Amino acid sequence: MSIFNRVISPVLALVALPILLIGAWWIYTLNSTSFFVPEPVGLVETFISTWITGERLTADVLPSLRRLGMGLALAIVLGILLGLLIGLNRTVRALTEPVFEFFRALPPPVLIPVLMLLIGVGNTMQVAVIVSGCIWPILLNTIEGVRGIDPVQSETSRSYGISGFSRVRYQILPAAAPPIMAGVRQSLSIALILMVISEMFATSSGLGFTIVQFQRSFAIPEMWSGIAVLGIIGVTLSFIFQFVERRVLRWYHGLKEVENAA
Amino acid sequence: MATPKRGKPRRTGDPPWMAPALGAAGIMGFLLLWEMVPRVGMVDGRYLPPASEVILAAIENLGGGDFWQAVTDTMQAWAIGLGIAAVSATVLGLVIGMSPFLKRYTHSTIEFLRPIPSVALIPLAVLLFGIGMESALLLIIYACFWQVLIQVLYGVGDVDSVAMQTAQSYGFSYVQRIRDVVVPTVLPYFMTGIRLGAAVALILAITAGLVIGSPGLGSSIARAQQGGAITNMYALILATGILGVLINLAARAVEKRVLSWHTSVRGELAA
Repeated sequence: MSIFNRVISPVLALVALPILLIGAWWIYTLNSTSFFVPEPVGLVETFISTWITGERLTADVLPSLRRLGMGLALAIVLGILLGLLIGLNRTVRALTEPVFEFFRALPPPVLIPVLMLLIGVGNTMQVAVIVSGCIWPILLNTIEGVRGIDPVQSETSRSYGISGFSRVRYQILPAAAPPIMAGVRQSLSIALILMVISEMFATSSGLGFTIVQFQRSFAIPEMWSGIAVLGIIGVTLSFIFQFVERRVLRWYHGLKEVENAA
Repeated sequence: MATPKRGKPRRTGDPPWMAPALGAAGIMGFLLLWEMVPRVGMVDGRYLPPASEVILAAIENLGGGDFWQAVTDTMQAWAIGLGIAAVSATVLGLVIGMSPFLKRYTHSTIEFLRPIPSVALIPLAVLLFGIGMESALLLIIYACFWQVLIQVLYGVGDVDSVAMQTAQSYGFSYVQRIRDVVVPTVLPYFMTGIRLGAAVALILAITAGLVIGSPGLGSSIARAQQGGAITNMYALILATGILGVLINLAARAVEKRVLSWHTSVRGELAA
């Protein structure tokens, strides 16, 4: 019984529904010849032959991921730096807030045609698209985080003569970290969307391009396998983010637990 | 850091019109910069027309039926998609959230399906629905559904167990428990989900137009770009941004209205 409680029951909770769903899908494909619905075993074979043993991994997936990583990294660094500069100054903050609100509300994909015109089609444009779409949640959350810092904390660090870089490093950044991480989480999904769309729009390589290519040539199992690749990238990204967030905000979650217990 | 005045470290003495005035100045400054950059020749005026021309084109658009047709199409997809997603996610969220068994057994599936980017479904949408509004709806519903579902699940998880047990001892039925105990706790979470979902729905409504060509502002932008009507393209983008701002403002206003009794909103007003 105890083995059941400790090992089997959690594993069952993890896999029961996915197995049921895949089973239902498999049974459905057994007596249906729908053109749009591939059968599970064939899809796995297509997946392996298309994405793992084929050249697509190095030719399409890796360049896409590189652009995604570069765009996200740039957006995070720029967003936090600008956010700190703007957040620490009341006047600049009031001056820039409405303009930034506009850019945050602007659906990021409309930037693709603009940047295509201004930069031209290519790697730089795709990274620029990701940066220009992802920076707003991070920037605005950093500003908000810096603004929301407990004044007692600021006055304490001032009394102790903590100023300049060490104040940013040891007081402001940690205090603003929870909203900053929330901003990064929002920009993750935006980055993925923009990576795919910018490739659908204007390239001849990359994941987005390949998937649309499959769809246009009615290579349905290949198209589904491409959708699966995007799903895997999305899930992996969110796991990496959860891991990083738990490390960065360990003190914060601990604090919340203590507060909730009280 | 701004130089603090003695005794008034937070400079609470700014007149109330100060922040809006600075904000307006910021917008003017941004437009001026936009006007200057192409005029001075830093960027080719063919690719980035000056602000004044774009704004004129945008105002001209307001008089045309095509523009309003596009806005209507976009907003229709937005509203229907958000509505379907909100209703289905709320019902499922309440049912799953209130049953520990369902919650445990659906967790892995939800966590796996949620991060899949909805744009991955674009090829599927094209195959199934072509360039109709249904393609846009598929993307919008998929993206918004998770936003609302996750928030509702958080909300149900936050329900006070003592309140729940009290209701049970008093013989509240399942429906009564949902109405009187669960809904008041879930509502703030639900509103957050709707606010996030409203923004995401607009992004996908526009994206579907841009990439697939389903009717709306997105496809107007794509047509303007392909046809070389660059000034009009910028005018449409400007309109899209304003639409986004309006949706954000409306969502916040609704949230404030619906939750006027809730401490998170009451506290904000008192402060």
